[in-house]
Amino acid sequence: MKSVEDWYRHDRMPHIFCTGCGNGTVINCTLEAVMQMGWDIDNTIFISGIGCSSRSPGYITTDSLHTTHGRALAFATGVKLAKPEFDVVVFTGDGDLSAIGGNHFIHACRRNINMTVICMNNMIYGMTGGQGSPCTPAGAISTTTPYGATEPVFDLARLAEASGANYSARWTAYHVKELTKAIKVGMEIPGFSFIEAMTQCPTSYGRRNKLRTTTSMLEYMRDNAVLLNKAKRMEAEGRELSPGRFTVGEFVKRFRPALGVVKDEE
Amino acid sequence: MLQIMEGSHAVAEAVKLSRPQVVSAYPITPQTHIVERLAEIVADGELDADYICVESEFSALSSCLGASAAGSRVYSATTSQGLAFMAEVVFNVAGMRLPIVMTIANRSLGAPLSIWNDQQDSLFLRDSGWMQLYAEDAQEAMDLHFIAYKAAENHEVLLPAFVCFDGFILTHTFEPVDIPKQEEIDAYLPAFNPYQRLDAKDPISFGMYATPDYYQEFRYEINAAMTRAKKVLREAGAEFGEMFGRDYSGLVEEYRLDDADTAIVAMGSVCGTIKDAVDEMRDDGKKVGLLKLRSFRPFPYEDVRTALAGVSNVAVLEKNINIGSRMLGAVGLEVKDAVYKNGTPVYSYVGGLGGRDIRRKDVKMITEWAETGRNDCFFGLREEVL
Ligand SMILES: Cc1ncc(C[n+]2csc(CCOP(=O)(O)OP(=O)(O)O)c2C)c(N)n1
Ligand code: SF4
Ligand SMILES: [Mg+2]
Repeated sequence: MKSVEDWYRHDRMPHIFCTGCGNGTVINCTLEAVMQMGWDIDNTIFISGIGCSSRSPGYITTDSLHTTHGRALAFATGVKLAKPEFDVVVFTGDGDLSAIGGNHFIHACRRNINMTVICMNNMIYGMTGGQGSPCTPAGAISTTTPYGATEPVFDLARLAEASGANYSARWTAYHVKELTKAIKVGMEIPGFSFIEAMTQCPTSYGRRNKLRTTTSMLEYMRDNAVLLNKAKRMEAEGRELSPGRFTVGEFVKRFRPALGVVKDEE
Repeated sequence: MLQIMEGSHAVAEAVKLSRPQVVSAYPITPQTHIVERLAEIVADGELDADYICVESEFSALSSCLGASAAGSRVYSATTSQGLAFMAEVVFNVAGMRLPIVMTIANRSLGAPLSIWNDQQDSLFLRDSGWMQLYAEDAQEAMDLHFIAYKAAENHEVLLPAFVCFDGFILTHTFEPVDIPKQEEIDAYLPAFNPYQRLDAKDPISFGMYATPDYYQEFRYEINAAMTRAKKVLREAGAEFGEMFGRDYSGLVEEYRLDDADTAIVAMGSVCGTIKDAVDEMRDDGKKVGLLKLRSFRPFPYEDVRTALAGVSNVAVLEKNINIGSRMLGAVGLEVKDAVYKNGTPVYSYVGGLGGRDIRRKDVKMITEWAETGRNDCFFGLREEVL
């Protein structure tokens, strides 16, 4: 395999993603990491639930399992237990993972099952047209919060850490290099690896939140991402992140015993 | 006054006029426009309700159950995968005899994944103890919500209800609808008067453990209530007709059936297409008519038997499949049972699954099939699977 191109299902193009959607960037970063890992097309499986993000495996030429909304991790657990020698990657969205699939998420982390989970967090239910998700920031306009969201949000990367995942990191579709590296590190580490990729959804999120263009959304991610170490320093100084800003970096990297690890890897 | 609006918005207007106190839902295509519109209606203060966009359908109906048990009128809407995911609570709501009304924007069930229309989703919950009403157009979808609340909350019934209308075909199309005035609906549908409710001063328990000595009696009671619901629905439909000029006293509706030899039986929006096809076939001298089912649960078998008494063939057009049964569709099974004593042949013709269009020529074809005694089968199938 020479290039990521070989991993794509070209017969499936054009894809369904809107112009300017961040999902393609995240798929590219993932496939780049897969290439660097030297994984084999015949030994890799991509699994997903339902959502724009979850359509990703359909464009990749390996085996894939497109399941029900929220439940990709439960299906993936079965696949990994039956085929521990397979490299399993799950693509999911903020809604898929943390709303309807929240329960599966914390339990997959707790079991620390050996797979890499990439969540495209666009802060919205993209596919269904922009309803508020558990990651829609306070004040953001969605079709179910016409005057701004009021519920507190999940910090997915920290939730993964607290629930027992061996690896958890957050980057954005703007931070292509860092994101690719984090995905690769996640793939190297046995156990549950969670990579949250903040992505732009100009269609269902941006246009209602004064971020109509793709570039304005990417700039938003560039300008509001705060490195974890800096955030920790700020915390030590008693300073809080201003609303709308979020931390990026590696939240946890550890080597607790994991489920679904093949013997010779141990 | 007639207003042109999307089917989903007409339903949202009906919900607003019904004054639920709690609305809880999770978005799913093609139900989204209903709950998005309701979010606006509540946010704008047009409806004094608590609206919550919960984390899944399971939570949506569970929170509705709690709110209903606490004595509120509640509302939710879903379809397909969402309804399937709710299934556990669907049975619980009926078992606790909570008169919740939920809109089903009918859509097919996966796998394979499809967002398009058929009626498999609501029909698979046939035995759950929910009433199931089916609308042909936006106006009927709207009106059935008022009737559903009125019948569900009647103390002779106390059963929840699905108001089913076809996804996309009705949810996303624009039609003129007559929107009743709030005072009129208030007069037709007074505030919810719960038969029993959670009340710390007079505690009761819902959903407790029933031993084998008692469980069966609960199922008996639900079934008895569903039987009583026929009369209550007819009366609620008649009263609606008197007040608003649109009569829903029948659980079935006949179209040019009087002297028909062949009857087509169907539910939902396809009845509109069938009426056009019937007119054309009548112009060609064919004696054919339509029997539209408005209620599938309770199943109005007496009305079906009476309506079909004079026909020689019955073609049931099914947007569902009753996999593994001798009768291909779930509706045909009921119709066949209803006319069994008359000995009229009943055929189940399955089509339109997963959103495939049903055209007038399909309706004409199945009419011919019934006339020539062709057994149950699919119509419009791709040749390569045959
Ligand atoms: C049980 C169930 N409920 C609801 C839906 C409808 N649905 C499809 S995708 C989606 C939201 C997806 O949001 P997210 O996971 O954030 O993915 P995105 O589209 O934003 O990438 C919803 C609610 C469904 N398919 N199944
Ligand atoms: S709706 Fe948003 S997430 Fe979905 S394809 Fe379009 S831009 Fe991407
Ligand atoms: Mg999303």
